[in-house]
Amino acid sequence: MDERSPDDGIVLTEEQKRRRRARSIAIGLALGALALLFYLVTIVKLGPGVLNRPL
Amino acid sequence: MSVVSDGADLAGRIPAEGLAEPSMADVRDYLALMKPRVMSLVVFTALVGLMVAPGHVHPVIGFAAILCIAVGAGSAAALNMWYDADIDAVMARTAQRPIPAGKIQPGEALAFGVTLGVGAVVVLGLLVNWMAAGLLAFTIFFYAVIYTMWLKRTTSQNIVIGGAAGAFPPMIGWAAATGGIGLEAIALFLVVFFWTPPHFWALSLYRTADYAKAGVPMLPVVAGADETRRQILLYTLVLLPVGISPWLIGHAGALYAAVAIGAGAIMVALAWRVRTARGAAGEREAKRLFAFSILYLLVLFAARLVEGLGAAFGATP
Repeated sequence: MDERSPDDGIVLTEEQKRRRRARSIAIGLALGALALLFYLVTIVKLGPGVLNRPL
Repeated sequence: MSVVSDGADLAGRIPAEGLAEPSMADVRDYLALMKPRVMSLVVFTALVGLMVAPGHVHPVIGFAAILCIAVGAGSAAALNMWYDADIDAVMARTAQRPIPAGKIQPGEALAFGVTLGVGAVVVLGLLVNWMAAGLLAFTIFFYAVIYTMWLKRTTSQNIVIGGAAGAFPPMIGWAAATGGIGLEAIALFLVVFFWTPPHFWALSLYRTADYAKAGVPMLPVVAGADETRRQILLYTLVLLPVGISPWLIGHAGALYAAVAIGAGAIMVALAWRVRTARGAAGEREAKRLFAFSILYLLVLFAARLVEGLGAAFGATP
């Protein structure tokens, strides 16, 4: 039985929630991988020089 | 007065009326939007360009370059599917793509494609070099705008000129390694460039009705099957020496030369059979050429990769 009134707005179904969660996890993993990539390239390009900067 | 426009209130509720349905797109649908099979060929040819280029590339930098090129290819594919959703829907081969199948909304695909493209170019520029990033940006633009939006629907030479987009990845790989463009990078570009017409025209020979239904002016639709068979043979005859050219200019070794001559001869033989066969046999020969053309590109680049790896690991400091 659907007890929603028009004022309730959009209510996601369980399947829509599951897919949104999967998309959110994928975006989170991609951003984490990007951060790791930037970290690794920084270490590769600068090496110990990463600490040698004006303070 | 509410500070949130269009009727959304401060409790975060949004009236359902007038809004699109919530997205039902799955992660797999977004992956399909990036044409993973095409992407794998792009990654492979770019890797070869990167590996055979002179000089040494740190594996992490090389990985970053290949990742950016792959994501850039995915971006171009998503933009292509966004723009071509109308013709994809009427062609049997493409009707199950995420947008015509209703799994992803066109706006979602556009946002995805633009985000990936800008991200791939900026990250490649920041982490590797701006020459490679510039080439990647041009490739995405060439495929999404010049080929997809302009050439594909207006000329039978669509895949000849548009084929340049698929030919750039080895050049981008080379540029990622060297910061410039070398003679062999141009040779590898030409191999893919002249390989593209026989490859796609072989496919279009047995998908002619599909393309005609969608209004795409592929060569068999506009000029007929006979002219297409003739053009396939001509381009394959040009492809044979172009395929050998990396060896002719002194960059590739004997292994590559043997593979390029052998595979090139088979390509010419298959193209000749496509030229002469008719009816059901003609369709069979076209399918055979299409399948072998993929193998042709694979073995040529694999041979060059083996030589490049041999030179890299065989070199003494």
